[in-house]
Amino acid sequence: MTRVIHKSHDTRLARATADGDALWLDRDELERATGWLWKPQGLCRDETCMPIPRNTDRPLVDGDRLDAAGMWRYAGLPVAHNRSGDLWVLGEGASQRAVALTSLEAPNFELPDLDGRLHRLSDYCGRKVFLVSWASW
Amino acid sequence: MPVWQSLYEATKDHGFTVLAIALDQPEAARPWIEVASPGYPCLIDRDHLTAELYNLVNVPQAVWIDEAGRMVRPPETAGSTDGFRAMDRKNFTMPQAALEERQRVKTAYLDAVRDWAVHGASSPYALDAKAVMARLIVPDAAIAEAHAHFRLGQALLRDGQTAEAAAEFAEATRLHPDSWAMWRQTADKDARGLAVGEAFWRRVDALGDRPYYAPVALGQPDPTNASPLIPPSDEVME
Repeated sequence: MTRVIHKSHDTRLARATADGDALWLDRDELERATGWLWKPQGLCRDETCMPIPRNTDRPLVDGDRLDAAGMWRYAGLPVAHNRSGDLWVLGEGASQRAVALTSLEAPNFELPDLDGRLHRLSDYCGRKVFLVSWASW
Repeated sequence: MPVWQSLYEATKDHGFTVLAIALDQPEAARPWIEVASPGYPCLIDRDHLTAELYNLVNVPQAVWIDEAGRMVRPPETAGSTDGFRAMDRKNFTMPQAALEERQRVKTAYLDAVRDWAVHGASSPYALDAKAVMARLIVPDAAIAEAHAHFRLGQALLRDGQTAEAAAEFAEATRLHPDSWAMWRQTADKDARGLAVGEAFWRRVDALGDRPYYAPVALGQPDPTNASPLIPPSDEVME
């Protein structure tokens, strides 16, 4: 079983396999783990499509599977994985974060309180929100 | 947190709320929240997702978000100062001047939040879009990568893979040395749960002239000398 962490999702995938820095996912698992759709024109999410390059040193496509980690790195997005290759983080890129921030719309998120109840920032829309970080450390 | 509680009590009827985010492990945050038992929501962000979204680097940092969900102040130091750096590190006392300055800055900041809570867009402390943009600090590729390693480290930690987690945290702080939140959450803590030992002071000293808590200009900037601020920050010793 391979776990892929992306945004707030932590998805367990039965068919995924890792080979060194490569993480091979089929179409269905790629979508479940990341929300990106594998279409003829590339990987697509919302209005954005990233073409899948064909001339990389190591092919990113093998039959019906895609090296998601290779694709992520090719697109300049962060990837991290554990030593045994069964736990991966496919991160969001700095430019995506920057675009979101410079829209000046406060990025939405969903987090639990101590009782496990989930709160979204958008739940507080219509009020002024003083979002403040703190920590015990 | 008691500070935010009195702010919240005084202003909640004006369509205002505090939303506190603990960049922390739930078990570490729990006793603080239970003692304060605040009326406002306290969320637990063990993976520092909000730090990633808002490019936060320390606590307390705050973002002011208006009724329409737009930022009217970008992430910035929420009333703290670098006064602690003048502390006598043996007996933990601070010079009177530093104490007074700390109190002055904190009071001014709280007054500004209260003014905005009550007056909203007409508060002089609610910045226009141009001023927010000028102060906004966006993440670079190394910061984005640091967050991927931090998240991997947190997941490993929950799986009991302590040594491997530590290596990921080390990589995260190497990639994002300005993040005190990443460093302190994963550093060794004293009996009180504070990461304020020798390693902390070495890191603080290494800042040199750079701030631990970036100072905040409360009002609209003078357009002739508007300068973007460097990321901010916490209340180390309180």
